[in-house]
Amino acid sequence: MDRSEIENRIKNLLVSELGLDESRVSAEATFEEDLEVDSLGVVELLMALEDEFGVKIPDEEAEEIGTVGEAVDVVEAKLAG
Amino acid sequence: MVRYAEITGWGKCVPPSVLSNSDLEVLTDTSDDWITTRTGIKERRISHVNVSDMAVVASLHALAAANLEPTDIDLILLATCTADLVIPSAASLVQAKLGATNAAALDLNAACSGWIYALNVGTQMVRSGGHNRVLVIGAEKLSFLLDFTDRSTAVLFGDGAGAVVLEATEEPVGLRSVEIGTDGSVADILCVPGVGTAGNRYQGDPSDYAVHMDGPEVFRRAVTAMGEASSRVVEQAGLSVDEVDLLIPHQANVRIIDATARKLKLAPEQVFVNIASYGNTSAATIPMALTEALQEGRVEPGANIVFAAFGAGLTWAAAVVRWGRRVEPLGTSDAHLPPVDKTAAELLEANVAFYGEGRRSE
Repeated sequence: MDRSEIENRIKNLLVSELGLDESRVSAEATFEEDLEVDSLGVVELLMALEDEFGVKIPDEEAEEIGTVGEAVDVVEAKLAG
Repeated sequence: MVRYAEITGWGKCVPPSVLSNSDLEVLTDTSDDWITTRTGIKERRISHVNVSDMAVVASLHALAAANLEPTDIDLILLATCTADLVIPSAASLVQAKLGATNAAALDLNAACSGWIYALNVGTQMVRSGGHNRVLVIGAEKLSFLLDFTDRSTAVLFGDGAGAVVLEATEEPVGLRSVEIGTDGSVADILCVPGVGTAGNRYQGDPSDYAVHMDGPEVFRRAVTAMGEASSRVVEQAGLSVDEVDLLIPHQANVRIIDATARKLKLAPEQVFVNIASYGNTSAATIPMALTEALQEGRVEPGANIVFAAFGAGLTWAAAVVRWGRRVEPLGTSDAHLPPVDKTAAELLEANVAFYGEGRRSE
């Protein structure tokens, strides 16, 4: 799975699972500030990522995720093993 | 003869004093919009009486629906984590107030999962032949264990009670499959540190008397446990998801309910939600919701109902119940709590004074 496919699937998740407006979701967008995702929303996102990509994201790595692009980074690294 | 335990009566008790989200805006730094979008809760009830009083009213409605007298009951199980007193059990007080002189009575504490635990215990007691008519009650006064200046927990909980009557029958109805589970190793992410004999009886920190919760962690575990346990009990009952007529989940947060329903791939009309009116009443949410589901005609004869819950302990529980033929009550009761001359905010004046004005401006 290449990076652009991961990014597209994550953007789709943000729209379908968290109900975010597609036009606001960019790689640079921060979850807390730009997308106004609250603490439970971050948990929902992580669980959705784990389901979607079949990966396990430990808490310490989850804490590093601040933007959509950083979520793509983490998933890409996980899938690369 | 194979014995089953059928739910033949149901009832609830809703305390009259309503605490709305806008009332909470006065007590702590929050807003109706913030609470509604994050939890789905619009208002909750604050009780002016004790847990046993609410349990008695819910039980009288359940007994009327089953056309039974209190003396017909031979076991009272009261699921609660907010009993009137440590000694005696709240169930003993309920037994006395009902005049259920033929019943043994005990409390059962599995926090928010407690009512499903009690339904399981009651069903097994009937199936084994030891008891014939059991009251299974969930009743809570969570307002006692809150800091109403702490917006992260004060907005979530409320008071109330629900009860059902279980009766022995030869019809294959009632509990079809059930799972109860506990993970005590992470109990500290949802607890009240100072109420109980481990607390500092003489000079405790005020915050020790209130609910402490790691919200995101509880949320993650609740969604996973309720979804997975529900899936397992549906499979154990030999049902497909299409055959689930109604999911009645513990009402803790509408986002946990939605996530659980998504995991099970249930449509919105297969899920009963009343959290907007009551918030999280812990062990009382499911029997209250079941009573309302019946009153609203959401339960058909022979329906397959799934219950699912998660709570402090940490505990979780899920069950499939096959409903019997009767969905109408045999009788009604006019039992109600004594009137109250205070608003919900007035009932909380001592709480807000105890926790201090300073928290509001933080």
